[in-house]
Amino acid sequence: MVAVKDTVDQVAGLEKYEHGFVTEIEQEFAPKGLNRDTVAFISAKKEEPEWMLAWRLEAFERWSAMESPDWARVSFPPIDYQDATYYAAPKTKVGPASLDEVDPELLRTYEKLGIPLREQEVLAGVAGAPRYAVDAVFDSVSVVTTFKKELAEAGVIFCSMSEAVREHPDLVRKYLGSVVPVSDNYFACLNSAVFSDGSFVYVPPGVRCPMELSTYFRINAAGSGQFERTLIIADKGAYVSYLEGCTAPMRDENQLHAAVVELVALEDAEIKYSTVQNWYPGDPETGKGGIYNFVTKRADCRGDRSRVSWTQVETGSAITWKYPSCILRGRESVGEFYSIAITNGRQQADTGTKMIHLGEGTRSRIISKGISAGRSSNTYRGLVSAHPKARGARNFTQCDSLLIGKSCSAHTVPYIEARNGACTFEHEATTTRLSEDQLFYAQQRGLPEEEAVQLLVNGFVRDVLQELPMEFAVEAQKLVAISLEGSVG
Amino acid sequence: MLSLRDLRVRVGEREILKGLTLDVPSGEVHAIMGPNGAGKSTLSYVLTGRPGYEVTGGAAELDGVDLLGLEANARAAQGLFLSFQYPLEIPGVPALTFIRAAMNAQRKARGEAEISAPDFLKQARVCASDLKIDFDMLKRPLNVGFSGGEKKRMEVFQMAMLSPRFMILDETDSGLDIDALRIVSDGVNALRGPGRSMLVITHYQRLLDYIRPDRVHVLADGRIAASGGPELALELEREGYDKYARAA
Ligand SMILES: Nc1ncnc2c1ncn2[C@@H]1O[C@H](COP(=O)(O)OP(=O)(O)OP(=O)(O)O)[C@@H](O)[C@H]1O
Ligand SMILES: [Mg+2]
Repeated sequence: MVAVKDTVDQVAGLEKYEHGFVTEIEQEFAPKGLNRDTVAFISAKKEEPEWMLAWRLEAFERWSAMESPDWARVSFPPIDYQDATYYAAPKTKVGPASLDEVDPELLRTYEKLGIPLREQEVLAGVAGAPRYAVDAVFDSVSVVTTFKKELAEAGVIFCSMSEAVREHPDLVRKYLGSVVPVSDNYFACLNSAVFSDGSFVYVPPGVRCPMELSTYFRINAAGSGQFERTLIIADKGAYVSYLEGCTAPMRDENQLHAAVVELVALEDAEIKYSTVQNWYPGDPETGKGGIYNFVTKRADCRGDRSRVSWTQVETGSAITWKYPSCILRGRESVGEFYSIAITNGRQQADTGTKMIHLGEGTRSRIISKGISAGRSSNTYRGLVSAHPKARGARNFTQCDSLLIGKSCSAHTVPYIEARNGACTFEHEATTTRLSEDQLFYAQQRGLPEEEAVQLLVNGFVRDVLQELPMEFAVEAQKLVAISLEGSVG
Repeated sequence: MLSLRDLRVRVGEREILKGLTLDVPSGEVHAIMGPNGAGKSTLSYVLTGRPGYEVTGGAAELDGVDLLGLEANARAAQGLFLSFQYPLEIPGVPALTFIRAAMNAQRKARGEAEISAPDFLKQARVCASDLKIDFDMLKRPLNVGFSGGEKKRMEVFQMAMLSPRFMILDETDSGLDIDALRIVSDGVNALRGPGRSMLVITHYQRLLDYIRPDRVHVLADGRIAASGGPELALELEREGYDKYARAA
């Protein structure tokens, strides 16, 4: 009987998480476990220079001496780091491949996920239709990066991290680890030792990147983690908008995604970074499986008047633990954080941001919308601080939580530190339960309950959805709807 | 035709409707008057399927369809509309978005095609101008920050857009200024016609000068205590509800 119920639940879950399939493809793996050899193995696979290996090994030594943090409002059994694989790649050649060299099975995977990898097809799209370049990362390697030529003509470098280490060592050496130091925290340090792939972007001075850039992360292999490393540099007066998306198959075991993303904005530069995170959330009833999404994302607004905005739509993962942050170093630099975090079933999220005001006249804005349903737990954790030199710093924070049903929870943990008297911090927070009266009102007009919930939730998150690039806003809206399926009644 | 037979309704431990019988034939407009707390809004909620109202006896049918067995949204798709005594605010959802979603949901339930965006906007412009509603107001989140009168006008706007078959107006006149009362009444009268009926709940005879009812009923203590023609409303205005109040 129990087995029957499990199957039924799994089928029900399958319908809900539509990206839960597995790609059958030959892959090669690092030997299980984590030691200096593993680190050397990864570095060798990626044909890295000596300095990169040394950097990784130093990180590994430091990590070995660290302890897993326990301050977040999430709980999970201790992770056995020796029981995982740190490198998994499709058996094709490493490095930049043309689309013809990519395994057709992989191409089908991306087709199924709706990710446009064929430039001709994107180009053949409706006139005026938005185009964007994609770096497709499959487990530990980047499979293909599109529109590289066109971007290169504008002087923009967009490639996988592995390629950047080989082809643009000066830029990488200058900026890697300059925003998130190797031993910043436990997971960032682990990432520094074993990072696999991610994207590298450099936009030269005065250049406005001619199209949206995006990276699509896919975890496929069982028993492995993904250690994404992304580095984006906008040189003086440059502009770039970047989006990352992610999905994974449904598996009963938990898989670790420990990423580090570093953004550097020089004078008058602007970076818009958007995330649509849809990792497999685990079984909604039992809480079995799902991705542990432990991520360090930080931007350094290094130059005067530079500007970074983080927009995130977090719907997946069993556990989400991330705080995309801005170090507002340059005078009058601006940091923004727009977040929608949805938890349903047994999901746990502890997410928010840090706005560190170092420079004079710096401004930041935080809009966070948390939605909890099922038996999930959703925490907003944020820090806004102003250092003595950050005179005239301003922050506005708006944190709204919406509860659906009676078994979920929401928490707001704001930290505020003003170390000079000339700054203005405003903080507003609300917690509301999805109102039965509003639901009835919408149903009286003809909307079925699920649609009524979707409409009300879309209203709740509208301020943030508006911040997403147009071509992803619709997608995100659909995702919000899917994540909340079965949350009422 | 709406047909209510010996309807009994509890809210929590309390019986509010205590055997209410009423027929509203197709094409007619009936007014319901009655003292505060008599159960008028309760009647409008139980007919439209609001949760928390327990029907302990009786029947309610609209053109032969048992309303009580249907979800609230299915009743709406049957053409039942309630203009709320206290309209709700829907943050972040523009009025037009809300109404279009509702309209398409009803059409889907009836097996009809969705309305195209241009057709919808055309219809919205006509209805808005009939009700003297500034079109820009329809782009704002529904009812958020609207004045009491604006909310009522917005209820009638939604009603005009959805063109229901059976309309319940629960104190739609309260909160309207003198000009608005006339404009809204004109809008309501435009929706009268064969095959469409209304139940107009009000405390004021004045509204019935604008919306002439075919019948007037007194709802007191959970029952229909008296019924008559439009003259009954005038009599109530003069004499109040004293003679319908049950000796405790
Ligand atoms: N949820 C509830 N719990 C307990 N009593 C309720 C509830 N809802 C309504 N009632 C009671 O039911 C009675 C009828 O209420 P209803 O709102 O139907 O009156 P009404 O005739 O519409 O009055 P008014 O003219 O003031 O609008 C009132 O005494 C009210 O207090
Ligand atoms: Mg009432």
